[in-house]
Amino acid sequence: MKLVEIENLTVSYEGVSALDKVTFSVEEKDFLGIIGPNGAGKTTLFSCMLGLITNYQGTIKFFGKDIRKSTQHLSKIGFVPQKPVFEKNFPATVEEIVGMGIMKGYDKDKVDESLQKVWLHELGKRRIGDLSGGQQQRVFIAKALINDPKVLILDEPVTGIDSQSMEFFYQILNDLNRKEGITIIWSSHDLDAVARLATKVACLNRTLSFHGISEEFFHNEDLLKMYSESSMQMHMHKHED
Amino acid sequence: MSFDILTYAFMQRAIVSGIAISLMCSVIGLFLVLRKQSLFGDALAHAAFGGIAAGLYLGVYPLWTAFAVSVSSALALTKIKQKFQISSDATVAILLSSGLAMGVILISMAKGFTVDIFSFLFGSILLVSLQNTLLILGLCGTILVIVLLLYRRLVYTTFSEEQAKVSGIPVEKMNYLFVVIAAIAVVSSMQLVGILLTSSLIVVPNVTAILFSRGFKQTAILSMIFAVFSAVVGILSSYVLNVAPGGMIVLISIIIFGVSLGIKSLKTRNKFVRKTIASSKI
Repeated sequence: MKLVEIENLTVSYEGVSALDKVTFSVEEKDFLGIIGPNGAGKTTLFSCMLGLITNYQGTIKFFGKDIRKSTQHLSKIGFVPQKPVFEKNFPATVEEIVGMGIMKGYDKDKVDESLQKVWLHELGKRRIGDLSGGQQQRVFIAKALINDPKVLILDEPVTGIDSQSMEFFYQILNDLNRKEGITIIWSSHDLDAVARLATKVACLNRTLSFHGISEEFFHNEDLLKMYSESSMQMHMHKHED
Repeated sequence: MSFDILTYAFMQRAIVSGIAISLMCSVIGLFLVLRKQSLFGDALAHAAFGGIAAGLYLGVYPLWTAFAVSVSSALALTKIKQKFQISSDATVAILLSSGLAMGVILISMAKGFTVDIFSFLFGSILLVSLQNTLLILGLCGTILVIVLLLYRRLVYTTFSEEQAKVSGIPVEKMNYLFVVIAAIAVVSSMQLVGILLTSSLIVVPNVTAILFSRGFKQTAILSMIFAVFSAVVGILSSYVLNVAPGGMIVLISIIIFGVSLGIKSLKTRNKFVRKTIASSKI
């Protein structure tokens, strides 16, 4: 069953193309890794899917419905941003942060259950700013899981996190997908992690150059070479700029 | 200090109004401080100054024109900020200077109501009428009920607008509603401490509470306690010392802040010493 269908998605900022005719779909229980260099349009793609950008061309459907016509899909989506920006001294406990995500009234049992899933149930009363970067990202996963989402969207969630926390984070994502059947759409620069975890891969660099089974991508040297070259080109362009 | 002063009707009105205003300002102020809009209250108060001058000039009850000017300029600036993505501090500067400019021009044109305007600049809580006390109580009740009903949405929007949007919260509408209640709270508070000191009533109790609290609710409650204490002690001590109540209220809240900073730094130092001793034993 297709949970997400994206057709000819085109976005441009002041005449500069950010995404050009991107078309792909996501099946139920997929673990889709979206890879691409910086500036490839990954965050723009997610912003469109989450309704944060609305002036795009093409269509995005969640659960068969065009998201321009209905925002109901938002209740079935959990989102973990790249690196949440908040004041270090923001006076909110971990429980309060997780509870913010609940659509209908605060439910302490739900909060505990969500924190249990990310192994943070003992830190519920701590202030969010007192936690490490890795722990904070796990709090945001717990928040994203609070409404029992069907789809979890993560935008480069391990940016700035130490390698030990990163592995723990990946383990949680793996369990959520394999054991709980949550569909995951995840953008990352970490090709090793994508190769290990993702069942499908989408290679984005403003246009979609590949979308398919993970093994197909990682066992195809031409595709890998193409990806490396496009990343390098983008990197060089950035330096020239 | 004799408790006889509490039997005076004007003092009772002043204390009741002071408690209501300090509750309102501490609650609204917590959101403003955490949104990094601490000076927005100051800007709204200066916009209200323009409104008061307009009211006095036109012969309309100045508090109504102050409400009208503050609310409409807060809404207009929120719209401008959202549409043109102008930073918060720049919008605060625009609002502050335009309100002040309007007030100064009208005062220079009228040349007759400088005495009236002084009571708004520095507050006149001991002169608050029964009618105004009832108005303040009504506004305080309404604002607290709105905040209580929208509590989770307001906290979420304050924490992260982007994430709140993704959760389906109508962030833009929430922001408009918030600036309206902030403007009402600020204009009401002018009677307590005056235009020039309003922002301290909004900022100081909250900054003090943030030093000690872990959670949002805890911070809000602690801030309300600090604000109410400052207002009551400030009003009573100003009467005894025969000084301006607005200044006294702010001074008390600053003293609480200073003492809190001292306690906090002592706590941090003790924690560091304990950690050092524990690590040296290992």
